[in-house]
Amino acid sequence: MSALEVEAVADRLATHRSAGPRHRFGFGEILAALFLLFVLVAAIAPALLSPTDPLAIDPGDAFSPPSLAQIFGTDESGRNIYSRVVHGAASSLVIGVSATVIGLGLGVLLGVVAGLGGRVVDFGVNRLLEVLFALPGLLLALFLIVVIGPGVVTTTLAVGISTAPGYARIIRAQLIAVRSSAYVEAATVQGRGRWWILRRHLLPNTLAPLLALGTLGVGQAIVWASALSFLGLGAVPPSPEWGAMLAAGRTYLSSAWWMSVFPGLFIVLTAVCATVLGRGVQRRTRQR
Amino acid sequence: MTPGSTSETRAPARRSRAGALALRLTGRLAGGVFVLWAVATLTFFAIRLIPGDPAQAVLGGPGSQASEEALAAARAEYGLDQPILVQYLLQLGRLATGDFGSSYSLRTEVAPLLLSQLSGTLLLAGLSLAIAWLLALLVATWTTRGTRAAEWVGSGLEIVGAGLPHFWLATLVILVFSVGLGWLPPISTPGPLGLVLPVLTLAVPLAGFLGQVMRESLLDALDSPYALSARARGESETGVRLVHALRHAALPGISLSGWAFGYLISGAVVVETIFARPGLGRTLLNAVTLRDVPVVIGVVMIVALTYILVTVLTDLLGRIVDPTARA
Repeated sequence: MSALEVEAVADRLATHRSAGPRHRFGFGEILAALFLLFVLVAAIAPALLSPTDPLAIDPGDAFSPPSLAQIFGTDESGRNIYSRVVHGAASSLVIGVSATVIGLGLGVLLGVVAGLGGRVVDFGVNRLLEVLFALPGLLLALFLIVVIGPGVVTTTLAVGISTAPGYARIIRAQLIAVRSSAYVEAATVQGRGRWWILRRHLLPNTLAPLLALGTLGVGQAIVWASALSFLGLGAVPPSPEWGAMLAAGRTYLSSAWWMSVFPGLFIVLTAVCATVLGRGVQRRTRQR
Repeated sequence: MTPGSTSETRAPARRSRAGALALRLTGRLAGGVFVLWAVATLTFFAIRLIPGDPAQAVLGGPGSQASEEALAAARAEYGLDQPILVQYLLQLGRLATGDFGSSYSLRTEVAPLLLSQLSGTLLLAGLSLAIAWLLALLVATWTTRGTRAAEWVGSGLEIVGAGLPHFWLATLVILVFSVGLGWLPPISTPGPLGLVLPVLTLAVPLAGFLGQVMRESLLDALDSPYALSARARGESETGVRLVHALRHAALPGISLSGWAFGYLISGAVVVETIFARPGLGRTLLNAVTLRDVPVVIGVVMIVALTYILVTVLTDLLGRIVDPTARA
């Protein structure tokens, strides 16, 4: 589940090449930010964007294709899909953000402990990470679901825990790179104390990429959580969660394509926009 | 210096290189055995956290209303009346001999069941990996350092490709190729035709990720001194790309293969479910839904073992492709 590590590899290569300074926001980044703003508003105040009730059924108006009145069409009970997508933003976003916070939190904890704890602790944490990496992707999440049982909370926890090893490895590598840097060496030679170096150099520079990692991670977490909902292990169909909506639409794929296409489109756009924006943040934090 | 002395000085160097490789291989395999043991331990104790009587679960869950005698018999058969440490050692012994017990829901031995499912998933994952590499190589070599538009299209394709979740891409390809055009079956039939859509679904996002990494390292390689000297020797730009830069660009991709394997296995859970294709992924999902513990443990162990083998192999492969790592 560590697509982030792929990002990290690409980013390391890009750093190595040190592309010229780019201070202005690109066109893609502005579009991405606008879309994410739309999702954010949908999550906080869905009524602003869609006055209709996402759960209101209208059997006489079932399976209407997209039209001007109902731009994303209606589902098997005549519920407005646009309204459901807008109202579903909150649960998808809450799951994605919580999972990322859990994953990042655990990852930072493990990474910092490994990076600062001396050789024995580092060895131990590394072995633990190796074990977790041997249960790749969905596997760890599915195993956790077997133990705790399915549901939204489990999904969030499972996605969070299974992303943690990836974050931990990135944070540990960053910490070790900072620790062996010239400015830390200079501070040591100047006789600065361990805590001073930790506070002034190690932590700020290790945690600087957190914002970028988090932005990239939320997109991934939303995708994984909706995959679990899609498989019937997370949020269940009546609730307007994007993955669950997609699962409900699968039954009617050949007759009502709009039921599957639009919720999925929002998952993809959110993931892609988070990636684009996260990379922008990454470039900027690196320059400082 | 005579030719004889050169070969004499070279021979021990070669032997020590083989020795270093063997040492590294042994180390990696020992690490792999440790990881397998840890995974087995972790799963054993985590499964104990599931509420309820394990003997009841063996007999089909709380709904089965098993008699007291049947429960006692199940406890004795599975050693559930033993102290937890003895149970743990028994479980380790069974796993080490490839005995995963029998499935709660299917009432069959787990090991032969999973072995019969493994080949389908490996075929799916292997083909997808190959196609993903091909797609990523094509897009990256064609568009990197091309015109501005080509570069934009190339990296755009990669970002969008990597952002496509399997469940949605599968839905789209079914809509287009099965429902719309009617070219391919929406359900994976046994023949090669039934493999096209599942492989496409798995390969495109992976190609997006591989392509992003390859583009960056290709840019690196095209600026390198050896690319410059190849150009100075009068080699064509295509030649420089295909012969010199690509080898360099493939390296980070190879080192990502362990990750790619995990990504494909996760994808297989989704893809095999959507296309109703028999395989390890679908078996795992069914077992998770039914809380069929022996099957879940079996899949976990098999995937962990395969993951370890893949990482060891890619480590060796990386050493073969990268001359600087050979010393």
